[in-house]
Amino acid sequence: MNLLLKNGRVVDPANRRDGEFDVLIEDGVIRRIDKNLPTNGAEVFEVKRGWVVVPGLIDIHVHLREPGQEHKETIATGVTSAVAGGFTAVACMPNTDPVNDHAGITQFILKKAAEAQLARVYPIGAVSLGSKGEQLAELGEQKAAGCVAFTDDGRPVATALLMRRALEYAGMLGVPIVNHCEDPSLKGDGVAHEGYYASALGLRGIPGVAESLMVERDVSLAELTGGHVHIAHMSARQSLRAVRAGKERGVNVTCEVAPHHFTLTDESLEGPPKYDTNLKMNPPLREAADRDAMLEGIADGSVDVIATDHAPHHADEKMLEFDRAPFGIVGLETAVPIVFDRLVHAGKISLARMVELLSVNPARVFHVPGGSLVEGAPADITVLAPDARVTVSAAALKSKSKNTPFDGWALRGSVAATIVGGRVAYRNASC
Amino acid sequence: MSTRAADRPESAERAPERTPNQDPAAPRLKSRHLLGIAGLDAEEITLILDTAEAMKEIGGRAIKKVPTLRGRTVVNLFFEPSTRTRTSFEIAEKRLSADTLSIATATSSVTKGETLVDTVRNLEAMSPDMIVMRHASSGAPELLARICRSAIINAGDGMHEHPTQALLDAFTIRAHKGRLAGLKVAIVGDLLHSRVFRSNVILLKTMGADVWACGPATLIPPGLERLGARSTTSVDEAVEGADVVMLLRIQHERMQGHYIPSLREYFALFGMTPERVRRAREDVIVMHPGPMNRGVEIDSAVADGPFSVILEQVSNGVAVRMAVLYLLSGWDGRNDEALVEGR
Repeated sequence: MNLLLKNGRVVDPANRRDGEFDVLIEDGVIRRIDKNLPTNGAEVFEVKRGWVVVPGLIDIHVHLREPGQEHKETIATGVTSAVAGGFTAVACMPNTDPVNDHAGITQFILKKAAEAQLARVYPIGAVSLGSKGEQLAELGEQKAAGCVAFTDDGRPVATALLMRRALEYAGMLGVPIVNHCEDPSLKGDGVAHEGYYASALGLRGIPGVAESLMVERDVSLAELTGGHVHIAHMSARQSLRAVRAGKERGVNVTCEVAPHHFTLTDESLEGPPKYDTNLKMNPPLREAADRDAMLEGIADGSVDVIATDHAPHHADEKMLEFDRAPFGIVGLETAVPIVFDRLVHAGKISLARMVELLSVNPARVFHVPGGSLVEGAPADITVLAPDARVTVSAAALKSKSKNTPFDGWALRGSVAATIVGGRVAYRNASC
Repeated sequence: MSTRAADRPESAERAPERTPNQDPAAPRLKSRHLLGIAGLDAEEITLILDTAEAMKEIGGRAIKKVPTLRGRTVVNLFFEPSTRTRTSFEIAEKRLSADTLSIATATSSVTKGETLVDTVRNLEAMSPDMIVMRHASSGAPELLARICRSAIINAGDGMHEHPTQALLDAFTIRAHKGRLAGLKVAIVGDLLHSRVFRSNVILLKTMGADVWACGPATLIPPGLERLGARSTTSVDEAVEGADVVMLLRIQHERMQGHYIPSLREYFALFGMTPERVRRAREDVIVMHPGPMNRGVEIDSAVADGPFSVILEQVSNGVAVRMAVLYLLSGWDGRNDEALVEGR
């Protein structure tokens, strides 16, 4: 089936394109991008005034929970959530049950993703067997099976030695090591950012330096090995400083920030309601100075990627005492409205920078297709509705889990449609 | 009041001692739960302390019982070991004639893997009026308050709050000093992990006291000044000229987190000795929420000495908890005059 996106504003920073163009899709591939293209029997997708056609958004930090935790999310529900959030591709974390440390599990994930036929799924393999930090997983086999990066996410890569070897080995394979940076002894049994609010609420604290210490370690090891380290869900201002210093020295380090870390602070733990477990994530919501540093890094280019750390948990699991509830929130379907409302409309970044953070750079960091609109490339395209008014409804989320702190938030900016391989995988009925 | 209640048709269905209090000016608490001192204003704190004065008198009678909470069911739900607080609540409830039962973790379904919410929903299905809860997790009472019909009384949650302890401490201080405003109160010990500390700071600041918090640098919570206390690591500075010296328990497991090198060193640096107490005012009172570690945070000569009001705190605990139970039972307009009638 052929599709003609008619009269849209195309924003494609990788090709320095920003203007009104038609996009013709044939057999799942972008055939032509030009003005006033003839219909030639293609189905016409009328791009409304104000909408924007951009390369498909890519979320490189998502927990799809399958295999093993299908009560939280499945690959099918996860990719349904992804396309509803405007993402044409997601990279999924290996902390499933069992951990994705073998090619067989990668193949299972890819098979399930192919069956779902919605967003593309790029598995991320474990650095170490069982993510236990003891023995390097078969990264070569895993890459051959389809893994695009490696991480022990949920936990940090345990030792400096393992990180060094992983960076050397993955460098040979041309893929990045993604690290959840957190010094375990400083994290202890902490559940909230160490500071006034944790003190007032009697919650055990996790200082920002628990993160930045390991960021500094990893930047040094990337420098030593020449490998590529990607810092997952960066939250602390000290970490940003370490990443910037590394980049200035030419170290191959990239980083991502999650929407909640540039939107919320630990103050929100005061409620109402107090002790909301949908505000519990790791790394924790930090103080205003950290939040502001993340905003600054996003604006000035120090931050490469916005990734959601979509972490679905069943309502029963979140209906617990704060210190007993699991860490994490869902994020796929709220990312675009938050980025629009808090960054683009707030005047902090341009629309082109938004596309860099959500499409161009994710593709570049993980060396996956996409990130630009090129004739002959697969037609992965997101149509954005920058002025659409959205009221977030947890109950209406397509994700199997509803653990979002943004329930009820009124935001400006949404997704009009998500096109994967030339097929309209999601169409927002309220746009 | 009882005559006025007789005009109301539904009063016939009520036991006579449960006549509704129709007086809109009757003092009351703004919340139907007591989750913490945070949220209480000075008037409410004063109301609880004043009510406790009346309750204390009941404890001095030969027959220590009034029918105030007759027909009310109070569940004491203790997920953490506690002797003093649980016993104190139980005695308070019995003196007010409530039907009470106490559940300790070892005998509950929690050991079978049931969640807190399910445990409490099952209890609620049996229609208790109040749930007194002690729990190791900060914020657990807030969780219950969101889902429960019963009034929730926090008997200590994690490192967060222990409101009835702070109230009985304030009651004890007021009994000796006649006021709270303007007093210098030095609190010495494990500030970081102490719910007693947090509740006391909030209460004492609300009532206008000058609170000094003292402990090893490793046990001072970040943002302490914003909580309202002046902090120092010098016990001499904290105690200097103090009207009240309050000690907090040092737990043995604190050595595991490298907070302190040894109990011996803690005593040498922070232990409350008679020499240190001499820096305080001549009429200082020395307090401890218990259980005490003699020779760690407090010298026996101080614990058993002339300035110690530690056992008085325990006695006052019953009166303060009676006051809280009474005031919360009347929250929904069912306030009654049994207390007065019983006199």
